[in-house]
Amino acid sequence: MNNELTADQLIDGNNHATKDSLVHTKSEQGVKSKKMKGSYGQIRAENFFKRSLIVVALIVLVLVIGIMLTLVLESIPSMRSLGLKYIWGKTWDPVNDVYGAYPFLLGTLLTSFIALIISIPFSFAIAIYLGEYQPQGWLSNFLKNTIDLIAAVPSVIYGFWGLIVLVPLVRDMEMKFGILPYGIGIFTSSLILAIMIIPYAASLGREMIRMVPSTLKEGAYSLGATRYEVIRSVVLPYTKSGLFAGILLSLGRALGETMAVTMVIGNTSMIPTSIFSPGNTMASVIANEFTEADHTLYLSALIELGLMLFVVTVVINIIGKRIIKKFTNE
Amino acid sequence: MSSNIEKVKIKYRIGKSKTVQAIIVFIAFITTVPLIFIIGYIFKEGITKVNWNFISKIPAPVGESGGGIVNALVGSLMIVITASIIAIPIGIFCGIYLSENRTGRLSYWSRLAVDVLQGIPSIVIGIVVYFWLVKPFGTFSSISGSVALAIMMLPILVRSTEETLKLIPFSLKEAGLALGMPYHKVILKIIVPCGISGILSGVTLSVARVIGETAPLLFTAFGNPYINTNMAKPMETLPHLIFNYATSPYDEWHDIAWGAALILLITVLALNIITKITTRKWKVQL
Repeated sequence: MNNELTADQLIDGNNHATKDSLVHTKSEQGVKSKKMKGSYGQIRAENFFKRSLIVVALIVLVLVIGIMLTLVLESIPSMRSLGLKYIWGKTWDPVNDVYGAYPFLLGTLLTSFIALIISIPFSFAIAIYLGEYQPQGWLSNFLKNTIDLIAAVPSVIYGFWGLIVLVPLVRDMEMKFGILPYGIGIFTSSLILAIMIIPYAASLGREMIRMVPSTLKEGAYSLGATRYEVIRSVVLPYTKSGLFAGILLSLGRALGETMAVTMVIGNTSMIPTSIFSPGNTMASVIANEFTEADHTLYLSALIELGLMLFVVTVVINIIGKRIIKKFTNE
Repeated sequence: MSSNIEKVKIKYRIGKSKTVQAIIVFIAFITTVPLIFIIGYIFKEGITKVNWNFISKIPAPVGESGGGIVNALVGSLMIVITASIIAIPIGIFCGIYLSENRTGRLSYWSRLAVDVLQGIPSIVIGIVVYFWLVKPFGTFSSISGSVALAIMMLPILVRSTEETLKLIPFSLKEAGLALGMPYHKVILKIIVPCGISGILSGVTLSVARVIGETAPLLFTAFGNPYINTNMAKPMETLPHLIFNYATSPYDEWHDIAWGAALILLITVLALNIITKITTRKWKVQL
């Protein structure tokens, strides 16, 4: 009995032991499988994360390709029926289905380049002042913040102000000169544009001028050069490609600017005869006539304008950015 | 004798340098005049028009006095918030991708795409979104306006995120990885929180940029004289209202436009100042 008992107990005990060990191994396996599952989950989450990053980067790329394709596809009707005549055609007459973009090309080029010429002295002066004469101090901080604010004010506000304040001023000036006093026109748009694009070339120029190595400047000073001579023969030559890039970015901005120009340019499809006559730019034509375009060719001709605008501004911007990148890497 | 000539020469050169400096300083500070003039003029004209009625009523018909711009305020708010919801995740994730993968074919093309996006004139984006979302559905809608604004926000968001995250020391990331943290946690719980101020200032900057945009909304959100909260219908926005009323021949409408311009200007300036403070407080380089 005793033996049996013990044997039973032993067996029992054994059983217990085996059960225990079974339980043990089970729980261990559970932990292991949980761990395995956990790391699988983490790997999956990691892969999901990496993949979604790639997808987002692709979305941006697809977006740009989509924009290009849409513009090209929608302007095919106009390209097919008008061809190259479209660019040099001098009349824009939607009623008779005659579309020539020349007046708008001329208007865009005139406004942008006049604005550029007006703005360059100012933006270069700001760049030199902030980059060379006084990089720190409250006065330069004030100037820097003002420049940032000029870039921040919405273009429709510039347009409104121009329409109410600047147009009468220009009209008075035109009366004095004895030209037809329109007030609105290419010159007024250029003035507004000039104010709007100053910040772009100015802030970029400042960065570039600050990057001139001080050893170069000190070398020139030690040879007895004055401050003006250092700026003229060290700083400006060293930064000329960067300053050029700033001008390009300003130009890109001026070409594409819509609202302020639309409000003060006068919106006529005639070829401008002087810089004081009213006209139209590519962007302002689109803004004015796009919702009125009632047949395919008209709409398509407007989109072709948009396509040209797109290509020109994008090329200018990318060249500008390339120059900056090259400059900062050197 | 010769030393005298030398002295004169040096004096001449110093004088020239000083004159040039004076001219440059003068020209540089002239630029602040138009801005101060514009802001001053808008405050002067606008401040008398803004009152409770102005921000709580819809516009009155021509000839009647009074009326407000609440439709534009509601519309602008809704469109910009929707645009932010669309653009912020995409922009930040794309920025993370570009800062994590500095070389490689996809990052090269993606970076180029962001550069291209930044250069596209806003009116062209308006045209494209018109063909994507307005023409197929046959009606102008505020959601299409939001998409157009979101496209304009993207480049700023991507750039600011990328530039901020690039500055974060590599050792932080290595430390996280060495502790066995998975990659996505390292990015989301170490790298992004470290750069959060730069990312946030990118967000405010992009909102400040698009809140005053009119051109992409001309053919998308279009405008609406009544309050509308349906995203599938046309909606008025502040800049579009200013454009419409400013180019109208009625003086009452000009007054409304001045008031609206003041509100828009204050919003934009406030957003810019917030950005400035964030960047200065955390010393972010944008």
